[in-house]
Order: sequence, then C-alpha cells, then structure tokens
Amino acid sequence: MTAATASPKPVDFASDQQIRWCPGCGDYAILKGIQKTLAGLGVPQENLVFVSGIGCSSRLPYYLETYGFHTIHGRAPAVATGVKLGNPALDVWVITGDGDGLSIGGNHLMHVLRRNLDMQILLFNNEIYGLTKGQLSPTSKPGTRSPTSPRGAVDTPVMPARFALGAGARFVARAVDTDPKALGVVLERAHEHRGASLVEIYQNCIVYNDQAFAAITQRGRAADNTIRLRHGEPMRFGANGDRGLVLDPASCALRVVDVGGENGVPESELLVHDERNAALAGLLASMQPPDLPVALGVLYCDPEDQSGTDTERSPVQLAAVDRLLNEGHVWRVAG
Amino acid sequence: MTGLSDVGYSTEAIAAGEAVEAVVVRFAGDSGDGMQLTGSQFTRATALAGNDLATLPSFPAEIRAPAGTTFGVSSFQIQFGARSVATPGDAPDVLVAMNPAALRVHLPDVVVAGTLVINSSAFTDRNLAKAGYEVSPLDDGSLDNYQVVAVDIAQRTVEAVKEFGLGHGDARRCKNLWALGLMYWLYGRDPGATLEWIARKFAHREDLAAANRAALLAGHAYGETAELGPALPRTHVPPAERAPGRYRTVTGADGLTWGLLAGAGKAELPMVFASYPITPASGLLHTLAGLREPGLTTLQAEDEIAAACAAIGASFSGSLGVTASSGPGVALKGEALGLAVSAELPLVVVNCQRGGPSTGLPTKTEQADLYQALYGRNGDAPLCVLAPASAADCFSMAIEAVRLAVGYMTPVLLLADGYLVNAAEPWQIPELSDWEDFPVRFHTDPDGFHPFLREAATGARPWVKPGTAGLEHRIGGLEKDFDSGHISYEPGNHQRMTDVRAQKIRGMADAIPEQDVAVGGLSGDLAVVSWGSTYGAVNQAVRRSRMKGREVAHIHLRYLNPLPRNLGPLLRGYDRLLVPELNNGQLVNVLRASFGVHAEGLSQVTGEPFRIAHLEHAFKEILEA
Ligand SMILES: Cc1ncc(C[n+]2csc(CCOP(=O)(O)OP(=O)(O)O)c2C)c(N)n1
Ligand code: SF4
Repeated sequence: MTAATASPKPVDFASDQQIRWCPGCGDYAILKGIQKTLAGLGVPQENLVFVSGIGCSSRLPYYLETYGFHTIHGRAPAVATGVKLGNPALDVWVITGDGDGLSIGGNHLMHVLRRNLDMQILLFNNEIYGLTKGQLSPTSKPGTRSPTSPRGAVDTPVMPARFALGAGARFVARAVDTDPKALGVVLERAHEHRGASLVEIYQNCIVYNDQAFAAITQRGRAADNTIRLRHGEPMRFGANGDRGLVLDPASCALRVVDVGGENGVPESELLVHDERNAALAGLLASMQPPDLPVALGVLYCDPEDQSGTDTERSPVQLAAVDRLLNEGHVWRVAG
Repeated sequence: MTGLSDVGYSTEAIAAGEAVEAVVVRFAGDSGDGMQLTGSQFTRATALAGNDLATLPSFPAEIRAPAGTTFGVSSFQIQFGARSVATPGDAPDVLVAMNPAALRVHLPDVVVAGTLVINSSAFTDRNLAKAGYEVSPLDDGSLDNYQVVAVDIAQRTVEAVKEFGLGHGDARRCKNLWALGLMYWLYGRDPGATLEWIARKFAHREDLAAANRAALLAGHAYGETAELGPALPRTHVPPAERAPGRYRTVTGADGLTWGLLAGAGKAELPMVFASYPITPASGLLHTLAGLREPGLTTLQAEDEIAAACAAIGASFSGSLGVTASSGPGVALKGEALGLAVSAELPLVVVNCQRGGPSTGLPTKTEQADLYQALYGRNGDAPLCVLAPASAADCFSMAIEAVRLAVGYMTPVLLLADGYLVNAAEPWQIPELSDWEDFPVRFHTDPDGFHPFLREAATGARPWVKPGTAGLEHRIGGLEKDFDSGHISYEPGNHQRMTDVRAQKIRGMADAIPEQDVAVGGLSGDLAVVSWGSTYGAVNQAVRRSRMKGREVAHIHLRYLNPLPRNLGPLLRGYDRLLVPELNNGQLVNVLRASFGVHAEGLSQVTGEPFRIAHLEHAFKEILEA
C-alpha cells in the first residue's frame, strides 16, 4: 500500500470504494488504464494527488488508493494549482470532464495550462453532460439532440486539444477509452513531461451519448478514421497503412493521400511527425472525419522545462516577519 | 538624514508657535495632483514628530477622472495630536484646496472660521466653470467667514523649478510638494524624510529629483518669509505621550499582511496567498508579491473563484491557504468557501469591504458584508468571522484568524474594510513573542485513521499532509459518513454532520476571549455596541458623552461568529442598546436574533466613516427620548 511495497501492482491503486458508474461506461477502462500506469511510474503512492471537479468522470479519485480531492464544478485546475504551489514535491493529477473543464471551468483550464505548473490534466470527453442526465456539452457535435437541445445542437463545438494549444499548453495528447495500451503510453508520456500536460480521452457515455465515437472506435472504421502519431515517423494510417498525410503548401492544410501502389505517393513524400512543431500540432489537433483522420497519441510536446521547483516549501520564518516589522521608517521613543 | 540645516528647520521656531492639542488637515485636489502622496508624506513626517494620528484617504474610483471636475477630486485627511487620536477627525481645521472643484466639494466640511490654503493659480474661468462656480469664490465674499490664504502655488512652483529645465507640465506637477513644504513650515515638520524619499523615488531622473526638492523647499521658505500673519499662524502640536519603544506607522493593509505572515510563522507553515485584484483589497497582494520570503508563495489568480480554490488546494497540501478580496469577489468565492467548510480545511479569507450592492462604491468604505460573511453560502455552512477594530488590530486579528483556522480546521473570514486598509496610525512595533506559538502537528499515525475522526475538545478533524505514507485518503464536498468519512447520503448522518459542523464553530467560543466593555460599567442606561472599523469614532463619542455626564458604555465586538460566550448576559445588563453600523442594520439583527435583546440600530451608508459628533448627538437623543 505504501512506498515500502517493492513493485506495486495496479490493484494496489484501487481503493475500497464501490464504483458507481453505469455498467459499460468508458470510465471503467480509463480507471484501469490509470491504475496500471501508476503501478509502473515508480512514484511513491503517498505522493500522488488526484484532484477532480464535478461530473461522472470527476468521481474517479474516490476509486484510487492515493490522496484525492473531489472539489467543485469546474474548479479542479485551480485547486490543483494551490496543491502544487503549496507542496511542489507532490505528483498532481487533475481529472475533469468536457463540461467541467471546458464549460464552467474553461477559464481555469486555460490558465492552468499557460501557467505550466507540473501536473497531468486528464479530460474525459464524452461530448455530453453525464451526471446531470444528458444535456448538451460544449464539445457536443452539431445536431446532437438532448433535453436542452431537442431540435439539435447548433453551436460550434470546442476542440479540447486546439483549445489547449491556444492556451499555451506545452504537452497535448489524445487517447481513446477503448485502447488501454495506447492510453497507457500517452499517460506515461504526460507524466514524464515537466509542466502542465493535457490529455484528452474520448470516453463513451453508454447512457446519454452512446457511440459518439463510433467512427473512430468501430472495427472496420477506426483504421481509416484515426492516425496514431509517432515522433519522427511518417504519418501513415489506414487498415494496411495505405494512406498518409501531406501538407498542401497552397492552402497550408493537411490532405490525405494514398501511399505506395500505382497511384499512391512514395512514403518519403509524407509528413513526418514532429511533436515539437507547434504549427503542425495545431493542424493535427483540428483533424476530423470524414475528411481527415482523428490524431491520437502525442500531438505536441515542448520539452523545455519551465515548470519551476519541485521541492517542498519551508515554513514562514518568524525572524523574517520581525525584520519586516522593523525595516523602513521606524523611530524610537526614549524612556 | 538630509534636512535640518538645509531648510533652516529649527525647534525653537516651532516652539514659538501657538500650541494646540490636535489639528485636522485635509489636502484636496485633482486625482492627478498627487494628494494621496502628499498626505502620506505629511503623515510620515507627523509620525516622526511624535504625534498620535489617524488618516482618511479618499479618492475617486476613476484613475484619471477629467481634470477640474468635482467628481475627480481626491483628498487625504489627517488628524494629529498631542493626545490620543482615535479618528481622522470630524471636520478639517485646515483645508488645502488645489483647485476650485476641491474647494467646492470640501468647503462644507471645514470648521467654522477654519483655514483655507488655496492654490489661486488654478482659479481660472475654465476651472471655475467646471467646478460650477459662476463667480470666483475668492472674489465674491463667500469665504469671508474663513481664514483665507490664497497663494498662486502653481505659478510659484514653476518659478522655483525653472532652472531644472522641465517642461511646463512636469514643472507644474511639483506643486503638491510646494504645498507640502508650506504645511511642513506651518506645523514645524522636519522635511528630511521627504527629501530622502524624493532622492530615492527619482534616483534615475536627477532633474525631477532636483525640481521636487526645490518645490518642497520653496513652499517651506514661503512660509518662513511671506508675512502670512494671523491667517496662517504657525502651530505647535506637542508630541503625544508614548510608552518608550520602537514605532512605525501601520495601515490596515500592512497590519493584515504582516499579521498573516506572523500567523503562518506561529503555525510553522508555508503560506500560499492567492488573490484577484479588486479595490480596496489589491494592496495585500501587492505587498506580499514584493516580499522575498521563501515560506511565502503568492498567486494572482484568474478570478476570485480560482483564488479561493487555490488557497483551499494549498491548505489540502499542508500549507496555510489565504485569499483576500472585497464583497463582489467574496460573492464569487461563496461556493468554494462551502467546500472548505465541508472538507473542514483551514483557510483565511480577508474581505476588505467596500460600498455595495454589486460593484457599488469601489473606493468608499462600508460594513455591509456581515450578512454575506455569516450566511452567504448554500446549505448550513457556518464558519468563523472576525473583525479587526483598527489598523494595528488588523495585525493581531490576522494572527488570531490563522490560530483559529488551523486549530479548528475551518475557514475564518476576516472582515476589514476600505477605511481600515487605507488608514494609517502610529504603532509600537510588537514583539512576536507576545503571541503564543501554535505549531501545527500534522497527523501521521495510520493506526485507526479516518479523515473525519475528531479531536474531542475542539471537534477538529486531523490534518494530513499528502506525502504521508499509509494515510492516503479522499475528501470532497459530498456529505461524508460520520464514522468512516466515506460518501454518505444517509438521512440521519446528514443531520449528525450538520450538527457537528455547527457545534464546532459554536465551540470556538471556548477559544476566544470573553467580551469586555471598552468604556463604562457592566450595566447602565445605554450600551453602544459596535464592530470593525467604527471602533475609534464610537469610542470617542462614548467618552465625550460620559464627560458630559451621560451614562453610556461602549462594547466593541471583534469576534462575530461565534459571539463571545458572555455577550448575551452582558447585553442584558443595560436598559438600552444602540448598534451603530455602516450598513442598513445587520449586527443589530444578529444580536436580536441571537439573544432576543431589544437593540436599536443606527445606520449610515454614505461611504464615509462615522463622525464623532454625529454619534454623540445620536446617543444624546436616545437617552433623552
Ligand atoms: C456550480 C454547479 N453547477 C452545476 C452543477 C451540476 N453539474 C454537475 S456535473 C455537470 C456536468 C458534468 O459534465 P461533464 O463535465 O461532461 O462530466 P461527465 O458527467 O459527463 O463525466 C453539471 C452541470 C454543479 N454540480 N455545480
Ligand atoms: S451517465 Fe454516462 S458518463 Fe456517467 S457513468 Fe453513466 S455512462 Fe458513464
């Protein structure tokens, strides 16, 4: 249960609380993925702190045998900022949803990213409000019917990864609840990054928005609708790796091409993923089916460490206070 | 020190002046005229001269209101005396008016036959018109009942600084120092500290340094040489009797910041101070952000919600979380404060109150957030509320807030106000050892641990620092089971937890002093019950009433939740209770509801502190009714 355990197992990170998500909710798989990742990080269990807002997703800290703080709707990034400022030695994780992080808490998410304190922010995007029974979320696709949009949503959805890049995030990645292995890789990378890392995790809400990500998770469709990014490798995707991405210089836009074969372009002409390229990250973050595949993996990582100290703080010294009181314009009244 | 010989300052000359017990001076001019700066320099010189003093800065909410208008007038009032001075004074004996608008706004406050020092250079047709004068008051006889000293200050300033080659605008801008120099001469102040300040402030602009210095000395020399005669007799206010020791001036903002730091030191905690700028609370973040104390971290948050949440996060992590704001910002913090109540984490929240509702009167003072402090959260969410009585008391009450917050694992709200944070007074620098240490001992024992087990005496739950092995646990704003701390929606449990949270705050009465009577006996015809920054004015008014033979007592509350345990019986000892407040009647209702006493309210919501005479009159009326 503690640091003394030689090599912890995922179950060591399961708390004794009964999980209360709906059966079949994507949150289960993400929880598992997190427990597995934590077991492999080598961080003393007692140094881990999970801070969440409000929503189905934000219940997650209760199920982890770490320090946890289930706070108020949208404010987890602000609370986590205080945790990290109060004790920089802690390993801080934020759990938030699309409504929590981008509607009520959009302002805090923006600022925690640009402030770049060292923490991992996992945004569970199910494109709907789960806990409050299925209302529209800021990430809901146009046309989504919900109790608050009976005739279909009309507003433009916010794209979390693009938002994060715009806010100055230095690490932005994406994963899907149905692919725990890739999720694990992304979580490890996020943890390794010194600074604020944002991981968007597509999460299926089986009750209120089932199959919202069918295009990228269904067998037979996923291969053509997603691309797994690997730093330094050409951007190929498709069932047989027969498709790729190129940059159209005229429009500064990404375009899908066939690779190899008679009519395809040679691999050497494909774009090569460079996670340090912020402009490229912006293009990748915006890709959506049907024209372009959804980018998964690490979209952007600027490894420059600007995140400040990670040592515990010392208490305020009374001697310093005494100095303050006695400096400046001080006069003496003689006895 | 520069000064003495340079400007012909001599103690004999002052001693030769007329000796007076106490004087009230008000500087008034355009927002761009530097009146606040003039006032604070005068305050420092006065403190160094050994007088007791109290100040009242007053400025418009606009940064640069249109020049010459009445709503753009900024003023600074100071009362200083050879005896104890409790307030900035009811009415100025001397008004320094830098333009017609300043004269127009402030003349009605000046005492009968008071002195007006007027910058006649500013009395142009244009400025007169802007201030709403058809004829110059300098010419129409309307000032005949005052001692008028009209001097073309701006013109004289331009001449005095001619040799330094400044542009006309820069040259004229030194006129406040000219006026300050004249006032220094009038009260025999040593300009040395101001000369030093000029040297520091304009270290990189030798021309401005020289010009400001020249303007100050020219004003001083004018007093020395011009035959001002009976209109402006030199006045000597002897130093006040003081206990020996080291002194400085302190504003409420200083007192709060230093007190919070001292509290963190006493608790042996690092401190995280998170705030979002708002008048009149911004000064706290300004001051703390400027310090280099490794135990202190400051955060300018993205809004007040984030500031409160970050402070709560800091407390969760084992630091002392502190946040400060004014009413509108505290409104935003409400939900987070509820979280701190529910999670039972220590937190200090400072509210520097201003006039409301809504954005209200940003730069004016009011005590109208008492209800907000006591009740302004969803659910039954009690927390501790304290109110300092003076700038110096801000220091003590800030330490007290930290002591109670960490001792009881609760948020503590400190109700200061705009008047308190800006007011300055001389202060004998305290020894930190006068306050007991209260080092926090974090819980580290995993044996039988659960996060909501309580200490019997206080009801406080254990504080565990994340990073402590074997004590991993989860907390939050959902209701928790009394026994295990796990989430619980069980009806009986919620009743029990609500009772426990209420009892914990009520029980804090055991940790705070019993209510004393500031002036007067334990029973009598009338007790005046006040709280917060009205202390000085109410206290003086009660003393004056007593000198006139009226049987009045003064009871001043610094603990508003919980109320001191003897307060009910104490209040019942008086025939009548009067509760003067700078709001529409809040404490008065709290006292009625808490103790079933019949108390009368005296409300003032003008954005200004009480005047002593006004209170004294009210006491007289109620006693004669
Ligand atoms: C201040 C406040 N407003 C509203 C709510 C109600 N509320 C709780 S969760 C939620 C939306 C959650 O949506 P999301 O963040 O997408 O999380 P999910 O439940 O889908 O995981 C809302 C509106 C609340 N708890 N607090
Ligand atoms: S409502 Fe949706 S998101 Fe919430 S637990 Fe159920 S399936 Fe999961």
